Amino acid sequence: MKRTRSVCPFCGCGCSFYILSENDRVVGIEPSPENPVNKGMLCVKGWNAHEFIHSPERLVTPLIRKQGELVAASWDEALKLVANKLMDTHKKYGPRALGFLSSAKVSNEENYLMMKLARAVFKTNNVDHCARL
Amino acid sequence: MFGSGAMTNSINEFDAADLFLVTGSNTTEQHPLIGTRIINAKQRGAQLLIIDPREIPLAKFADLHLRQNIGTDVAVLNGMMNVIIEENLYDKEFVTTRTENFEQLKEVVSKYPPKAVEKISGIAAADLKKAARMYAKADKAMIAYAMGITQHTTGVDNVKSCANLAMLTGHLGRAAVGVNPLRGQNNVQGACDMGGLPNVYSAYQPVIDANVKKKFEEAWKVEGLDDKPGLTITDMMNAAQQGELKALYIMGENPLMSDPDTAHIEHALSNLDFLVVQDIFLSETAKKADVVFPAASFAEKDGTYTNTERKVQLACKAVNPPGQARPDWQIICEISKLAGYPMNYESPADVLKEINALSPSYGGITLERLSKGFGLQWPCPNIEHPGTAFLHKDKFSKGLGTFMPCEFKPPAEMPDDEYDFMLTTGRIYYQFHTGTMTRRVSILEREAPEALLEINPEDAKKLGIRNKDKVEVSSRRGSLQMKAEVTERVPPRVVFSTFHFSEACINVLTNSAFDPVAKIPEYKGCAVKVRRCA
Repeated sequence: MKRTRSVCPFCGCGCSFYILSENDRVVGIEPSPENPVNKGMLCVKGWNAHEFIHSPERLVTPLIRKQGELVAASWDEALKLVANKLMDTHKKYGPRALGFLSSAKVSNEENYLMMKLARAVFKTNNVDHCARL
Repeated sequence: MFGSGAMTNSINEFDAADLFLVTGSNTTEQHPLIGTRIINAKQRGAQLLIIDPREIPLAKFADLHLRQNIGTDVAVLNGMMNVIIEENLYDKEFVTTRTENFEQLKEVVSKYPPKAVEKISGIAAADLKKAARMYAKADKAMIAYAMGITQHTTGVDNVKSCANLAMLTGHLGRAAVGVNPLRGQNNVQGACDMGGLPNVYSAYQPVIDANVKKKFEEAWKVEGLDDKPGLTITDMMNAAQQGELKALYIMGENPLMSDPDTAHIEHALSNLDFLVVQDIFLSETAKKADVVFPAASFAEKDGTYTNTERKVQLACKAVNPPGQARPDWQIICEISKLAGYPMNYESPADVLKEINALSPSYGGITLERLSKGFGLQWPCPNIEHPGTAFLHKDKFSKGLGTFMPCEFKPPAEMPDDEYDFMLTTGRIYYQFHTGTMTRRVSILEREAPEALLEINPEDAKKLGIRNKDKVEVSSRRGSLQMKAEVTERVPPRVVFSTFHFSEACINVLTNSAFDPVAKIPEYKGCAVKVRRCA
């Protein structure tokens, strides 16, 4: 069994725990006894933070809307479509016609890259996330 | 006000405080491990003062619980300051040496004597006086608040009033005091710190500052960065509805459930030419998308997260993502490359190095240091710096702290003859936000499988509603059916529900009226009517 250090994905307390995994599957959560934030304790959400990871409803492939339906597509096709659409919109309507929503659920590095994508690549400050919600 | 948007103090300091003023935070349910600290502190003799319309679980432990009318926080806090000044209980040395604008504060709060506040807020004058004395006389008093303070059309005024109160009494700039917003998501602090906001780059460097613009243009090797603030979520939705915003790229958010007035959001999203959603599940919002990218969950990637006390912590990859799902950072890099701007990062560690170099308060928060210890609290400007447990020690980030007195304004939509209840909204212990994750956890779903409308027994009796009866609750924006929970947790004429359940998401009803500065919607109060379903 492998123990990997992590941070709870729910509220802003930032409780620290180890993810217990076996054969590439998460099997449990073990709170860090020494971390000063939670000192070995977790709430019921934290103790159960692993179950949704292997939900059969996880998205496993890109989807593209075709004839009104979302259908499975390759990464290549989906990425090209998005990049082209964003570039076309930028060209046709200007940077302010684009919006980017970053996320209170992803890492700092990913938030940084999303705001860099909006600002450096598409030259728009229309970037926000759900801090207010 | 005093210059930083974050908790002034630390979670560990809850163990040393003498008094807690908890307002607009259902701490034991929404920040359970902080709630536990407050209960433990209470048991060792600390005082607990709660200002909240609902009888939250923490109220059982309170020395005093003031249940104000919804949206009257400014009046209540002004009233407390009125008493504190009137009875000479304020910290004269702190006010003289560390603050400015005291005379203006004095003038405004003089209009809020306890009797006047009683009329507005419903809080008895004697209780308000007692609360003011308790808070002012405590040596180390911490204010903890959450969305109950901010999610109002007067959200900014509410926050300013909390800060005014803390400055007036010198409860700032030391350990175990301060103004402490408890942030509701694991990385909402980090998303703000990283510049996921329309007006700032990382570490709150303003987009309108010419030097900052130049700095990022040089570092990123680009020209022509936008020097005007962009649109907030709220503004983006309006711009989409008006056809000005054409394409929206959403990463890990579910605005169709989390934003107010669902019908308005639905219309705005369907009016877009192009919607991209990147998520781990096919959320309600993703179902509307033109393209959906499958993302990796927190357990399937490396990265850092910043908690509510400004502490940056490391999370590592435990397992591989399912199927073809990829980490968000890789997807963004791919899009960037295809758009003609290659982002050459081998790993999140490379991105963190760039964050260190360009974001002063994160300068010393390196991967190497995070790997060794239990995280670092910003500001941490260099690799020798130990991090900062509490802010504003000898001076405020902006020099003197400025009192910003506010006048009371009622919520945008008040009950009337037809819509005769005030609806307030929030979360419950067993579910989280729009339920995308927690509703897929069997234990949590067993404990709290459906939306409930809390209604006071007095009102329930009048309307012929018994516990668990099905009721219809309607606002000017929509209508929902759910079961009633008859409980004294809510005062008479107030009902409460949540936005966790897509079957009956309360944001179908909420009002999109927002604070003019922060653009935060008024989730905490709108007018509804309630009837028992036949």
